[in-house]
Amino acid sequence: MPKVLRAVGMNKCIGCFTCMLACAGVNHRNHSISKSAIRVRTSGGLQGKFVSVVCLACKDERACAEACPSGALEKRPGGGVILKKERCIGCRKCESACIVSAVHFDEDENKPIICKHCGVCAKFCPHECLEMEETTNDL
Amino acid sequence: MIYEKYIRVLYLDLTTKKIRIENREDLYSYLGGVGVASKLLEENLKPELDPMDPQQPVIFAIGAASTIFPVVTKTVAMFWSPLTGELGESYAGGRMAMTLFLAGYDAIVITGSSDKPAYITISRNNVEFKDARALWGLSCDEVGRVVREREPGGGKRSIIRIGPAGENLVSYACVCVDTYRHFGRLGLGAVLGSKKLKAISIVGDRDLPIKNFKEYFKVYQELYNRVTDTSIMSKYHDAGTPINIEPLNAAGGLPTKNLKQSVFEHGDKISGETFAHKNLVRKMACTGCPVGCIHIGQFRREFDKGHEYEAVSVSYDYELLFALGSFLGIKSSDEILQLIEVVENLGLDAMSTGVVLGWATEALAKNLITQEQTLVPLAFGNTQAYITAIEYIACKKNEFYSILAQGADKASDVYGGKDFAMTFGKNEMPGYHTGYGSIIGPTVGARHSHLCNGGYSIDQSMKEFDKEKLVEKIFAEEKERCMLNSLIICLFARKVYDRETILAALNSIGYNLTNEDLTAIGERIYKTKLRIKNMMGYDSKNVRFPKRLFETPSMSGQLDEKVAYELLDMYNKKVEEMMAKEDA
Repeated sequence: MPKVLRAVGMNKCIGCFTCMLACAGVNHRNHSISKSAIRVRTSGGLQGKFVSVVCLACKDERACAEACPSGALEKRPGGGVILKKERCIGCRKCESACIVSAVHFDEDENKPIICKHCGVCAKFCPHECLEMEETTNDL
Repeated sequence: MIYEKYIRVLYLDLTTKKIRIENREDLYSYLGGVGVASKLLEENLKPELDPMDPQQPVIFAIGAASTIFPVVTKTVAMFWSPLTGELGESYAGGRMAMTLFLAGYDAIVITGSSDKPAYITISRNNVEFKDARALWGLSCDEVGRVVREREPGGGKRSIIRIGPAGENLVSYACVCVDTYRHFGRLGLGAVLGSKKLKAISIVGDRDLPIKNFKEYFKVYQELYNRVTDTSIMSKYHDAGTPINIEPLNAAGGLPTKNLKQSVFEHGDKISGETFAHKNLVRKMACTGCPVGCIHIGQFRREFDKGHEYEAVSVSYDYELLFALGSFLGIKSSDEILQLIEVVENLGLDAMSTGVVLGWATEALAKNLITQEQTLVPLAFGNTQAYITAIEYIACKKNEFYSILAQGADKASDVYGGKDFAMTFGKNEMPGYHTGYGSIIGPTVGARHSHLCNGGYSIDQSMKEFDKEKLVEKIFAEEKERCMLNSLIICLFARKVYDRETILAALNSIGYNLTNEDLTAIGERIYKTKLRIKNMMGYDSKNVRFPKRLFETPSMSGQLDEKVAYELLDMYNKKVEEMMAKEDA
């Protein structure tokens, strides 16, 4: 069964950013949290709540893939999309199509940063904020 | 700079509003952090001028392994302390290290003074000096909010700022980092205030490819597992550092009521357990630390009749519960949080503030000062009086508070009461009356902090008191921590980062170091710090201990003044021997 990432426990988040450092490291071989597909931030300063901005794994219809003019975003079984870098022209239409702002953009690579639902962030979350959930294949 | 054989330094001059960047190959052998900052302080210091002269430098530096390994989270600040008149060195967590790392700087040197209040923004491709005239006078909390709303980079940004105490040059004003962390000790806030620098906002978001992913990530994973799966770090996350209140009080090592006592009869009401049950609402972490030791406590305040309440959240730690709790005879967690709130907003060092007020309370009781001077009836346990007094310190309300704003040592110079002005090398004491280690440690420590060498901890772990062993351990730990602070590892993780681990981590990111190199680096840094202290006119032979230390029994029993001076001499000899030796 395919799995998708769920940020179910963000109330417990301590804001250590380890998820971002791990995602950037493993998926982009980069030290910079700017390369991470999951973004943790506060709403309203540090006294506000921690929230995560990450792909919600849309099923059936994926707005980002629909917006892509070059077919670079393919449906991922179970939800979300897979980026085919060689087909991407860096137009950023996917970025604005995602209404939860979970498509981030890599200015250096001129490509979107797309969550693969690989689970590295969940593995490196020390506080059970993130988990991988089994889901049905919608394709 | 990671993967490079140089240290990248950003020089900022507030007088001319000019910047300059240098890649310093010569600083590479100091690793980073306190090593690099010490060298930069040494070469930029103007010993012939006043400590608060606009030309004096303030140095910030991150370490050789900042952010990219778990719990390597600190930034160091070095400066000329207005409190002790000598070496200023202070550490803060939060996001600052990550943002400097990803803005592309290892260190910042700030000199000069702005003619009008200013704040600085730093990012990977820009540095700007901005107008802070309207921010002058704002609390740490408010200035943070304004800068947060004006400046870009949320989530990848750190905002450091001073409060009114820093603007008014209170000698122990702190610098707030990202709301809950601080460059707490030794008055960095006043130094920034003297430069009319209200805040710095740093955004870190550069592209930084990992060079040797396989090796690096192997070490990273091992460290992550050790930090999260084993018990080494769990106490810091659980009830946090305040868990120490209970055992220290039970053992008779908790300084209480200006150290008239070393046991607090209401200790259970301010213990880590009590805070956890009554006030703890949240835990947080510095960037890159999966432990999360920052404990946020909440209290409810009725501000008017008709069930009008406000909720206030502040961070608390052991040292704050000691300084603004037992040391002032405050016997409820809510009241301590109220005192912390005032100290936070005004931008004061909580430890010095509490200890200074402890002296003032006793001086008033002994009629060395009068209530006409204190304006409020300072008395142990009187929270309201202390709240007002803290506000008076921050604004230097009258001549008395102007003197109190210079620390307990200065105040006792003027009004007497030296024997119970609880300072080590003019820095107010930390929360440990554990034995000779807790006295000698901060006295000989380069910056007179309990964290210089952890003497209090040696007291607790040493089975039988042995003069030679104690001095040797303090000396070794002082040097070791110079090395750890060049990385800059949070000292809570010092047991995770043994020598083998440090070498594995550094060598996975391109260093080629041996165990002997680490020893040499520690010693090199310590010697640099001692040279700086010398330039600032410090002489370890002039040190005097407040008599109170030998009147109130410690955790190790009654202490003898003669033994303390003997230990001090023994330590000074070790230092002399080291300084006479050529650099390894």
